[in-house]
Amino acid sequence: MATTKDGLVSALRTPTGAISTLMVAALIVLAVVAPYIWADEAARVDIPGLLEGSSSDHPLGTDNLGRDLFARLLVATRLSLTLAVLAVAVGACVGVPLGALPTVLGRRGGRAIASFIDFSLAFPSILLVIFLGVVLGVGAHAAVLAIGLSAAPSFARLTQTLAASVASSDYVAAAKVLGVPRWRILARHVLPNVAEPIILNVTLAVGFALLAMSGLSFIGLGVQAPSYDWGRLLNEALGRIYVHPETALGPAAAVVIAGLAFNSLGEALAAAASTRPAAVPRRLLREQKTPHPASVSSAVGADAAPGPALVVEDLTVSFPSRFGVITPVRGISFALSKGELLGVVGESASGKSLTALALAQLVPYPGRVSATRLEIDGHDLRTMPTTARKRLLGTSLAMVFQDPGTSLNPALRVGRQIAEVGEVHGGLGRRAAMRQAVERLRGVRMSSPARRARQYPHELSGGMRQRAMIAMGLMAEPKVVVADEPTSALDVTVQQQILQLLRKVRDDTGASAILISHDIAVVAQFCDRVLVMYAGRIVEDVEAGALHTGPAHPYTRALLASIPDMSTDRTQPLATIAGRPPDASAIPDGCAFAPRCDFATDRCREDRPDLAAVDSTWQRVACWYPRTGPVAAQNTPELVGQ
Amino acid sequence: MAVSPLSAFRSAARNQTARFLVRRLGRLAASMLGLLTISFAMIHVIPGDPVRAALGPQASASLVEQRRAELGLDKPILEQYLDYVTGIFTGDLGTSLVSNLPVSQIIADRLPNSAQLAGIAFVVIMGLAVPLGMLAAVLTRDGRGRTTELVFQGTTGVLAVVPGFVLGVALVYLFAVELGWFPVAGQTGPESYVLPVAALCIGSIAALARIVRAETLDVLGEDYMRTARGKRLPARLEYLRHALPNMLTSTVTIGGLLLSGLVGGTVLVEIVFAWPGLGVTAVSSVTQQDFALAQAIMVVLGAAVLVANLAVDLILGFLDPRSTIREQ
Repeated sequence: MATTKDGLVSALRTPTGAISTLMVAALIVLAVVAPYIWADEAARVDIPGLLEGSSSDHPLGTDNLGRDLFARLLVATRLSLTLAVLAVAVGACVGVPLGALPTVLGRRGGRAIASFIDFSLAFPSILLVIFLGVVLGVGAHAAVLAIGLSAAPSFARLTQTLAASVASSDYVAAAKVLGVPRWRILARHVLPNVAEPIILNVTLAVGFALLAMSGLSFIGLGVQAPSYDWGRLLNEALGRIYVHPETALGPAAAVVIAGLAFNSLGEALAAAASTRPAAVPRRLLREQKTPHPASVSSAVGADAAPGPALVVEDLTVSFPSRFGVITPVRGISFALSKGELLGVVGESASGKSLTALALAQLVPYPGRVSATRLEIDGHDLRTMPTTARKRLLGTSLAMVFQDPGTSLNPALRVGRQIAEVGEVHGGLGRRAAMRQAVERLRGVRMSSPARRARQYPHELSGGMRQRAMIAMGLMAEPKVVVADEPTSALDVTVQQQILQLLRKVRDDTGASAILISHDIAVVAQFCDRVLVMYAGRIVEDVEAGALHTGPAHPYTRALLASIPDMSTDRTQPLATIAGRPPDASAIPDGCAFAPRCDFATDRCREDRPDLAAVDSTWQRVACWYPRTGPVAAQNTPELVGQ
Repeated sequence: MAVSPLSAFRSAARNQTARFLVRRLGRLAASMLGLLTISFAMIHVIPGDPVRAALGPQASASLVEQRRAELGLDKPILEQYLDYVTGIFTGDLGTSLVSNLPVSQIIADRLPNSAQLAGIAFVVIMGLAVPLGMLAAVLTRDGRGRTTELVFQGTTGVLAVVPGFVLGVALVYLFAVELGWFPVAGQTGPESYVLPVAALCIGSIAALARIVRAETLDVLGEDYMRTARGKRLPARLEYLRHALPNMLTSTVTIGGLLLSGLVGGTVLVEIVFAWPGLGVTAVSSVTQQDFALAQAIMVVLGAAVLVANLAVDLILGFLDPRSTIREQ
């Protein structure tokens, strides 16, 4: 029960939790002491003073025998709470064993119980109320039983779900293999593990039972005179609402406050029990897949048309966080020529994906993007009016994301999702847009495009979905295609097809492309030029062909050296880069790579090198001690192996 | 006979749909039978003599015997059961022990009024809660609008707990007694629907809007919503075309639960407003031990819930092509 206690303690720390705990505690104290203090006053008949309104003697007035309604309200706390607790006890005592039964019984018996639970969950409690009211006669006992029994199916369902997940766990499987009897597994393993959520559910159920019980007493099917609970008091007040509405106020408020107290306590406990998701968006935290080996072939350089398709200067992305502002992208500058294939490579959290999102202005809230220049096809995004900017981004920039399985809307047909770009930005009619969408699908070499357009994403394979994503981006004839890990979620055999398709797109349309990848081998093979990112900055800007002849940054060289090839010695562990990239919240003052670099000096640790040209070529590197010459084979002293 | 793979696939899909329908209808039939049996069993598990209990201690022994014979309680139990089931399917629900009227007539008088109330309430709840919850989610997505979130969660949290009958009393006091805008009770015209429907709706709207908000926030965090944002669609398309269909499954499921919850809520609210529906009749049938009437009300309300559940399942099965509900 330690976990429940911990849950209660942490629930107490939240404002809602603290207030609701206090309220519940106050109600319990009132239920215990009120009858001792006010019972006499609540029962004192005062015929001359009957049916009075609010006065200083009787804050809520008096009833038809002149009894003080405020005293009666306080005294009724005990009965109202007791009946609710009794009802929940009935519900839990029937429901929990019922829900545990499928674990104990075999498969067939378990299934029968499960469908019985399903069946009874569907029925509203009022049917049980009628049934038991007729059979047992009208009264609190029938009402408590009815409310309890109608709470039972939800207890049963909860227990069943929890027990099933515990029962399928490894340690229970081990116990079964050891021949531990089923009832013993239930008592030893299952019940202790399901106790906490059930206790939480009890708190919520007391709130519901209290409301339900008051309701039944209110309509005359619950507590009968001379006993009284809040529901009965409210019932008696309803007839007098014209003359003395304040008599209804007390019981109504009591019912609502008590219901609220138990409900909020239950919810606070539930919130404390479930670990809340972090404030940082999920996809920023998502782990990248481990790099897979791929062979390096020489990059095919394409003749790029002059004039930049994209100009970025001093692009910075920052997020406010509990630990102050973190800046995962720190002042990135580069230009992309028309028709150029640019690779951006780096480890997880190097800021490459956020750079892509920042270009598309899709950085999730509360991220902030700033840049001194951000131009697509000569148009500055920062100074454009909103509508024009949206149009430009919707048409000139195409995004292809890592996982086509989650990036396509599962509820819409593929063709529809592609065509709507043409409708919204191209001014096409529904039919013309769909025709063009089918054309685009054909353009990305989708088999039977017209049929695929009518299908839902889940009916397509991973490769086909990524083709559809690319077709979607091509709908508006983009100037820049940004592909963020477009092949990481795909089969190795499909990867090459998708990369070739991206190149074909460039050849056919003249669009530039940015390929973001953790895999330097893929980037080197596919792109004309490569940006290497580390800790939110570009550390090297190099022609793909030069990656083999003379990458200058030690990080680039280490990345290249960690690619295994056919000659790699299989008896040695694969080369890795020792250490980890720095956390975005704690980037060192000097070169961020210095702690992992073999060549680092005090200068590197104190003074950050800027991205600067190497030997008057257009290769740029951010390093005080740039290297020269081809990268040596694996497991040489230059590398930090393990 | 050569069967092309495509047509084989199509007929399999058709079969799957047919199987799904048959299974669902079978389950409905089984549940109906269970309901009938339980309601039939009711009078046989009453301790003592139900007819005597209903007619009171003053009734003569011959009258009690006569009533017993009229009700067929002297026949063998299996015969009674068959009579009961066939009676229900031919519209013969027996005779009220108290008013001596045919039960079917009482139900026919009362049921439409309750159904109207619940039906209007259901439409209002779904019509308001879904847009409200979506709007709240859009305004508070990714941790935006902390104040909006606080106000929304606080208000809906309180309203969701206020039971309909308490809210009804408050509404009567405020809008009928103090302001006099609406009638206090009864079914007198269109304006007499306002307060009962409001009492029935407000709590459910609050509860459902909270759930819809949570569901919408989940959907808005999905990758495909980022894709939609990347297309720079108008907000209308982004939320209605891309987000809404992905929440329909859960919304319809909750809508179904709501519908059966409304059955109980309607009974309570009808009492507050003296609404001439089944609720008042249900309560009096219990307090007066009019078991023939109580039996019929159980069957009618239960059947309504079962049909509503079936409708929800069918909608879910056809709404979501990947729905696993078809397999169950």
